[in-house]
Amino acid sequence: MTVLTDPPKESFRLSMLINDKRYRSLTFQAIALILLIMAISYLASNLMANLAAAGLNISYDFLGDPAGYDINQTLISYNSQSPHLQAAWVGIINTLLVAVLGCVTATILGVFAGVLRLSNNWLVRKLMSGYVEIFRNIPVLIWILIFYGVITVSLPGARIYLGEDPERALTLGMFAFTNRGIYVPAPLWGPGSMIVVGTFIASIVAVFAYRSYAKKLLFDTGRLLPTGWPSLLILVVPTILAFFVMGQPIGLDMPDPLANRFNLRGGIQIGAPLIALWLALSVYTGAFIAENVRAGILAVSKGQTEAAAALGLRPGRIMNLVVLPQALRVIIPPLISQYLNITKNSSLAIAVGYADITATLGGITLNQTGRAIECVLLLMLFYLIISLSISAVMNVYNNAMQLKER
Amino acid sequence: MSEAHAHSVAFVRESALPPAPPPVTEAGVIGWMRQNLFATWANALLTIAAIYFIYLLLTATLPWILGGIWAADSLAECRDILEGRSAACFAVLAERWNQLLFGFKYPDEYYWRPGIAFILLFVAAAPVLFFDLPRKLLIFTAIYPFLAYWLIWGGTIWSPAFAALGFVAGYVIFDVYGKHNFAAGFFGGIVAALVVWWLSGYLMSAEGSTLFSGPGLIANALGAAAALVAYLLLRKNTEPIIAVGSALLLFVVWWAVIAPALMFRIALLLGIAIADGGASAITLSDIGVLEPVQSRDMGGFMLNMILGVVCVSLSLPLGIALAMGRQSSMPLIRWISVVFIEFIRGVPLITLLFVANVVLAYFLPPGTTFDLILRVIIMITMFASAYIAEVIRGGLAALPKGQYEAANSLGLDYAQAMRLIILPQALKISIPGIVNVSVGLFKDTTLVSIITMFDLVGMIRGPILASTDWNGVYWELFSFAAVLFFITCYGISQYSQWLERRLATDHR
Repeated sequence: MTVLTDPPKESFRLSMLINDKRYRSLTFQAIALILLIMAISYLASNLMANLAAAGLNISYDFLGDPAGYDINQTLISYNSQSPHLQAAWVGIINTLLVAVLGCVTATILGVFAGVLRLSNNWLVRKLMSGYVEIFRNIPVLIWILIFYGVITVSLPGARIYLGEDPERALTLGMFAFTNRGIYVPAPLWGPGSMIVVGTFIASIVAVFAYRSYAKKLLFDTGRLLPTGWPSLLILVVPTILAFFVMGQPIGLDMPDPLANRFNLRGGIQIGAPLIALWLALSVYTGAFIAENVRAGILAVSKGQTEAAAALGLRPGRIMNLVVLPQALRVIIPPLISQYLNITKNSSLAIAVGYADITATLGGITLNQTGRAIECVLLLMLFYLIISLSISAVMNVYNNAMQLKER
Repeated sequence: MSEAHAHSVAFVRESALPPAPPPVTEAGVIGWMRQNLFATWANALLTIAAIYFIYLLLTATLPWILGGIWAADSLAECRDILEGRSAACFAVLAERWNQLLFGFKYPDEYYWRPGIAFILLFVAAAPVLFFDLPRKLLIFTAIYPFLAYWLIWGGTIWSPAFAALGFVAGYVIFDVYGKHNFAAGFFGGIVAALVVWWLSGYLMSAEGSTLFSGPGLIANALGAAAALVAYLLLRKNTEPIIAVGSALLLFVVWWAVIAPALMFRIALLLGIAIADGGASAITLSDIGVLEPVQSRDMGGFMLNMILGVVCVSLSLPLGIALAMGRQSSMPLIRWISVVFIEFIRGVPLITLLFVANVVLAYFLPPGTTFDLILRVIIMITMFASAYIAEVIRGGLAALPKGQYEAANSLGLDYAQAMRLIILPQALKISIPGIVNVSVGLFKDTTLVSIITMFDLVGMIRGPILASTDWNGVYWELFSFAAVLFFITCYGISQYSQWLERRLATDHR
């Protein structure tokens, strides 16, 4: 009869730190930690020595000093006497503005091109793959400069719109395309205009309420209510009624060719840098989004379409109810990372002089104050916050959309 | 046909009819057009719209391109020749060709050097890209970085040669000992490389280089021969490490004690005076010297190529290490990798370039300066390695867990399992992603123009567009840049698609 005994208890020996798998990882981590601390303290001591030698210190007081430079395109109040912090805020809002605009147009363009790349029309298919390949394979910086050139070099000066008898009339009486940018009418908010806006927002809510009611009715009783034209009616009619009842409170401020001898007055001027950046980011990222959309649609197996057709669904409903929901699951994650790319690429604004956060805080403020470390740190912090929050949103979405299996 | 029905059937064909040709509308060009261009009304409208769009595009650009002027000295002359017609002035490309490719400071008489380096790049890249080629060619790939450095930057050939020697020494040690014990081979290799670099640093220094003056060379060659003989004698009977060690020891002793005495004898014999420190003799730094070119003189498309190639190749090993770190079971290593990767991926490249430009100097020991191109290479490499790490992590995660378990059950340790089982498969899966990152990185090298480096875009925006001769030649220059990048990037992406088809080992 054999007796199983426990192996003899090994006492801990130093060599086990290297040879025993249980302790080896501890050794490695300790070494890594020591190396990390050494590297950081080395860099920090260098930093301290360099700062001391240059007579500098790390301080954010400069943010309160007057900036002393002008910014053309601002959405919040700003003048050259505002502090650097205000300039940074202007930059942040400008970054978000061009990023949001870019995301919207890039999505539209990308979905359009991606769907058309799968068209059974040979010419359209080739045209769209040409678009995708050309825009994907040329650096976005070159695109930004090319679009900037289209506006500043190819478009005429504002002069030809000016005077009693201009060489060129305003397009549709409201738009002017000049080498300084595009002039569009500005809305004038009269008294009572908030009621019109409120009505419009309420009608949007009402449309959603109506649609969910229609869906509930369909699921409960099988009765199918029309959703297309009633939604449109709910959306438009109350707002128009409110507009006229309140006595047309919202007007348009047109660009005026007569007010000034040198430039157009009135309306909103969308500066050339903003337009160049916006268009370039849109078409560049649109090409990438087109590929994502195409891959997403191709990822839905043909059996799904055929099964839906076998159930007797019409082609439009097959797309809406069967293909798109499944394709979106594949499309959305890369789409969001493309949005992230737009935000990060908007930092190239500095190349065309659009006052985004990189151009204000990382450009002029940095050069004027010489606070390189502080400015770059703040800049990185801003982009990190944006990136991390977008990734957080993406994770929430991914978890929500995960296939629920068993 | 059976007899029973023979009376009821009037006529039965005995042979099959020859197949009729398909209707004209279903075959040939017309059939193709009907299917692919005019299948439905909507489709036909789309086709017509597309044709109209292409027509607009071509009428806008073709006359401009075809009527372009190639020979002129300035924009004004170009406009004179054109006499008011609207056409391209490609003369700027012809006149500034060298500047566009090499920057405006690289000495013109040495353009052949980066030229040769560029051509050799294809030879060096070929065995990596196409693995049907003989594996021996990889030796040239290993030599290429040092050769290219010497060609482009110039200077003495010995610094890159000794740098290469260090790598060779490290590799030899790793090859000998890494088979049994990865850690021993790895760290032994690093130590060997460091020793070689330290020795070569001494040799390159002033007193070291007299060693290679004529008499010194002879004296030390004798020493090397003696060491070789000792190695060959000892190799038979003892461990290789002892043979190598004693041969090295013999050489060092010879070099320190015997050689100086011998040098005088030889010098007397040859009648050379070495009292002047060997100035009359040939020293090491006289052999293989190309006129040195400063880093800040690099520019044009060459700079984009240098940054792209160097950063991609450096970021690959770094990216692999980061990916493995992120998958590691050691929490500390994992967290370091995660923080690094997420931080780098969260900020735009331009902020990292700002760091290279204005901040990095603060973190270096006081008084050190190293040039902007090196700082930029460091930052872009870090940037690229974070993205490559994420791609490779995808590859590592895509491998079935069974592969890891099988490697473990065979008794392979971590290094062996990674090297022999996991990484080859994971890297294969990651190739398309790696190529995507590389293309993106190559495009992003244009960003250095924003921190006032004169790469292709920087050259166009700076010296060329600002010159009085070519002020206003906007489209020609940017079209040229766009075409150059398109050719490169499209070529790489086509290669990656070919590789994907080539590597598809799953049988579908």
